[in-house]
Amino acid sequence: MIEIAWENFTPWSALAGGIIIGLSAAGFILLNGRIAGISGILGGLLVPQKRDVLWRIAFLAGMLAAPLLWMMTAELPAIEIKASYPVLMVAGLLVGIGTRYGSGCTSGHGVCGLSRLSPRSLVATLTFMVAGFVTVFIIRHLMTGA
Amino acid sequence: MKFNLASFGAGLLFGFGLLVSGMANPEKVLGFLDIAGQWDPSLALVMGGAILVGLFAFTVAKKRTISFLGFDMRLPASGRLDKRLVVGSLVFGAGWGLAGFCPGPGLVALGAGKSGALVFVAAMVAGMGLFEVIEKHRATK
Repeated sequence: MIEIAWENFTPWSALAGGIIIGLSAAGFILLNGRIAGISGILGGLLVPQKRDVLWRIAFLAGMLAAPLLWMMTAELPAIEIKASYPVLMVAGLLVGIGTRYGSGCTSGHGVCGLSRLSPRSLVATLTFMVAGFVTVFIIRHLMTGA
Repeated sequence: MKFNLASFGAGLLFGFGLLVSGMANPEKVLGFLDIAGQWDPSLALVMGGAILVGLFAFTVAKKRTISFLGFDMRLPASGRLDKRLVVGSLVFGAGWGLAGFCPGPGLVALGAGKSGALVFVAAMVAGMGLFEVIEKHRATK
């Protein structure tokens, strides 16, 4: 059976943060007519098209600025990175190549795709979720022998 | 100009959302992906909250051809379920489970000045570049 870690579970901040993310995606599609898919926005910069570069940089700059603005008024929430540099490197490579082949990540498929009831995004989301579950299971429960 | 400004605003809001939700923290994400351990369901509520808002927005968006700022509405054409989608998502999910980072949180953690996030994002951009190289190679063959 699944054991819930009640002491780690943060339902209200999760829901509030989710609603903010939803508002971002909503604002982006309604104002600019684009999907707020981070991997696509970033990946598109590698093959720059005319008149298609600045808005991508602006979006990414907004994401990078968020923690900086936050730090000006409040203490930043915990960001714990326990993976080693080599593991982060492999993880980054897999995430980079995988999201481009799969045409999206947690934002484009998971948030926007599911919101517009796209079967393709549902398949993608279920697939990367299961792959994530399996990977963590292997690392945390098989490789350590715990 | 207003297009870029709205893009910046959306990115900023997205970043705040990731921080508020705790999803900028890889340990929190791994707590969700670890269903066989002490499971933290928070990520499901983040997705739920985002999709709740998104459902309304995309219902409106689907009925329009022009956005509220006057730009063309670019909704993805309902594509096929192909091997690329599934294999790509499998590879992405494996990378996600390895470190607890997906693209958005990686960028936010980088903005927060975390060196590990810099390594992750640099490798991610390299991976995306590798994709472009492979695609180009395949197209010319």
